[in-house]
Amino acid sequence: MNENRVVITGLGVCAPNGTTVGEFQLAIEQGISGIRRQPELERLGFSCQIAGQPELSPERIAQYFSPLEVRNLDSSGIVYGVIAGLDAWKDAGLEFASANEPDWDSGSFFGTGTSGIDKFRWAINKIDAMEIRKLGSSVVVQTMASGVSAFISGKLGLGNRVSTNSAACATGTESVLMAYEHIKSGKAKRMLAGSTSDSGPYIWGGFDAMKVCTFKHNDAPETGSRPMSARASGFVPGSGAGALVLESLDSALARNARIYGEIIGGHINSGGQRGGGTMTAPNAAAVQRCITEAIKDAHIKPGDIDVINGHLTATSKDAFEIENWKSALGCSKDDFPFINSLKGMIGHCISASGSIECVAAVLQLHREFVFPNVNCEDLNPEIASLIAEDRIPQKRLKKSFNILAKASFGFGDVNACLIFKKYQNG
Amino acid sequence: MDKQEILTGLRDIISLYTEEQDALDHISEQTDFIADLKINSANLVDIVLDIEEKFNINIDNESMAKMLNVKATVEVIEDKLAENAGK
Repeated sequence: MNENRVVITGLGVCAPNGTTVGEFQLAIEQGISGIRRQPELERLGFSCQIAGQPELSPERIAQYFSPLEVRNLDSSGIVYGVIAGLDAWKDAGLEFASANEPDWDSGSFFGTGTSGIDKFRWAINKIDAMEIRKLGSSVVVQTMASGVSAFISGKLGLGNRVSTNSAACATGTESVLMAYEHIKSGKAKRMLAGSTSDSGPYIWGGFDAMKVCTFKHNDAPETGSRPMSARASGFVPGSGAGALVLESLDSALARNARIYGEIIGGHINSGGQRGGGTMTAPNAAAVQRCITEAIKDAHIKPGDIDVINGHLTATSKDAFEIENWKSALGCSKDDFPFINSLKGMIGHCISASGSIECVAAVLQLHREFVFPNVNCEDLNPEIASLIAEDRIPQKRLKKSFNILAKASFGFGDVNACLIFKKYQNG
Repeated sequence: MDKQEILTGLRDIISLYTEEQDALDHISEQTDFIADLKINSANLVDIVLDIEEKFNINIDNESMAKMLNVKATVEVIEDKLAENAGK
């Protein structure tokens, strides 16, 4: 079967520690935190009063939305998604489609967990106050799950498949994998893949109530998100969006595009909430199978993986994740790949985590570094017993490497794993 | 409030919804919201909400259905202002 090779030609990001790719790269290389105190969460009596949220000026937003759109815009996820998505498109050197005909060869999978939760709250309050007429025309498009992909495709003029996927915290990794498969099978030349997640109390509240967020670091936001730390006590909620332009190698070469890296395989599965898996906990066999199937799909050997970008949210599950990686790769304590978690810097950006972390993964591969793990100077002893400490770099490593594995795991017992490779001609 | 004042107020509201600057500059009773000003039909309800707020009137569904061009819209505004004045 004649299958397309799929490369990455554009990146965009709207993260708590950087809202341009340049800013974001600098931040992750230097271990700069985007976690800040949130007075609104404190006022509302949240246990966790720190969070990660992209900082955007009205002037910046006005570059992406018309004055009419801005007037009623109350969907932070759509703002983040459009900014990351349009930036990725421009970064790839691609044009917006002309006024009368869409670009039939380009589409988008742009995922989210929920859309426009603040807009929804406003609308619900209006309806309950017997003011249904005052909703106007902006509620549906900002609260439909596919609002983000609809805004993006309208601005770019995408004429191929445009959809919004949702797989909890695996959403962003899933969208990249779906886009990869769509191009690989020849159904599109270019896909904008990404995901977004709203900010604020109404999206984070449910997690706070489940007691999965930390409440121990409210006075020290920057050290609050502690993946792999002995003092990890729950995740810090985050928000934002990440976007990648995926393109067939033929299309990228034909237009002489910059190639950041190649996707050579991946896998997505579910543990079916069996064998230890539940709505909120992963089935270990499914996690390991997801990783091994991704490796098989990429036609590589476990030992070929140089760097892992983990899910690693800073809960008690971190050691369990490392154990799963180790079993899946069948490696010893010392030959485990380098592993890092971005969540120490930006928290857990829920449905946006996978795509923001994929942007970070591609930057590492292309710019030849491994970003530092922050806030795990007190390494969890259980993790230290599984893999050698030097496998968990706490300082930025300058390193040219070949293959990175990225995985995300989500509620509902879903798993996604992608294999990125340095692009080599031929 | 005379017709000219209503028209000026209406033009201010509409300016946010159209990119047809030329048609807006030459707005008259004959101007059609969709054909001339290329306004997205979904936004017609938003224009009505803005009119209600600006002129402090309430517009019923039947009147709203007529408001597709400047002439009909100005007439609805005049009627509703007159109803208010009669109260």
